[in-house]
Amino acid sequence: MSSTPYRVPDADTRSTATIGKAVKIVGQIFTKEDLYVDGDVEGTIESQDNKVTVGPNGRVQAGIKAREVVLLGQVKGNVEAADKVDIRKDARLEGDIVSSRISIEDGALFKGSIDIRKAEVRPNASGPTISAPVSSPQVPQAVPVGAAAAMKR
Amino acid sequence: MLPEKLRSIFRKENEPASPAQALSPQSGSAPARKAFKPNPPTTRSSRGLEQFFFEIRDLVGLSILDLAGATQENINFLTSLGHKIYSQDIVRSLDDAFGPDPAQQTNPALIEAFLRNNLDYPADTFDGVLLWDSLQFMGPALVNATVERLSQVMRPKSYLLAFFTANERVTEVMSYAFRIIDQKTILLAERGIRPSGQVFNNRNLEKLFAKFESVKFFLTRESLREVIVRR
Repeated sequence: MSSTPYRVPDADTRSTATIGKAVKIVGQIFTKEDLYVDGDVEGTIESQDNKVTVGPNGRVQAGIKAREVVLLGQVKGNVEAADKVDIRKDARLEGDIVSSRISIEDGALFKGSIDIRKAEVRPNASGPTISAPVSSPQVPQAVPVGAAAAMKR
Repeated sequence: MLPEKLRSIFRKENEPASPAQALSPQSGSAPARKAFKPNPPTTRSSRGLEQFFFEIRDLVGLSILDLAGATQENINFLTSLGHKIYSQDIVRSLDDAFGPDPAQQTNPALIEAFLRNNLDYPADTFDGVLLWDSLQFMGPALVNATVERLSQVMRPKSYLLAFFTANERVTEVMSYAFRIIDQKTILLAERGIRPSGQVFNNRNLEKLFAKFESVKFFLTRESLREVIVRR
């Protein structure tokens, strides 16, 4: 199986927030756009309708919840993806996966369980939607990453 | 005989300290090893695998522990049957914990740490365990402790599949990645030659799995002993 080359998102791409490789974040991250993590994150990452990518330099000790999760770096934590989890060559994941699809390349290291759950049928788009990120009140250090470009070094 | 330090000075660059170190790049962090060039993967039928899936036929939602590392084929196959798969590359973990030589697998503290890192599951978690050839590379102390732990984490009446070489004279055995093609066919991809932990003949295996309800052997043409064990 060959490794599909991954293109690092362009810094100017507006729809992708980026945590650069010199950045460390401890806390909760909620984002309403795609997120590219190439630095250190400890806590949780949530991007329900978007894609979270952990780049080759990324070191994440956090649970990740997203529509799609792509791993090229190291993750210690559970991963939940409504659509797909994609574990690339040389990625390391220690944690449990819940997703409707999974792809894993040879050379990736995975330790944990895989629970395939078919995607739930989403309610009609005309219905009410919750757009504001919900933060747990007992954990004050939530970090919204909408303007994460500012943190990139 | 020269001490190891002196021998390492005279050893050529990239020459492994022992044949055991001529491992594949997949197999973790053991020191200086010769590049292993695997032969192309081959398929073979497996009576043991067929029996394993026969025993869990018509059941869904089972928890299956696959100890050969995560592969797309095994994930697809097991999840397509409606099961939850737990994945762990235990041979790679052996290198991380003890290095490639089974003689190092005697330290009780290291054995306990190995079990804690790799088989730390609540009692009665699994409905099936695919051990493949991993026990082949464990020394007596580690293999006994591993089987004991497996008996705890497996549910009663659940099944375990393990492979051993039937050639009792060999001291080194090819290690494989096992990919499930269908209920009775596997694809074997070579991972490298490793020292065998001990001789596993029928008598030893019956003794090893004495706490289990039954042990069934299948001897194949390739000098492979496939074993199905019922908890």
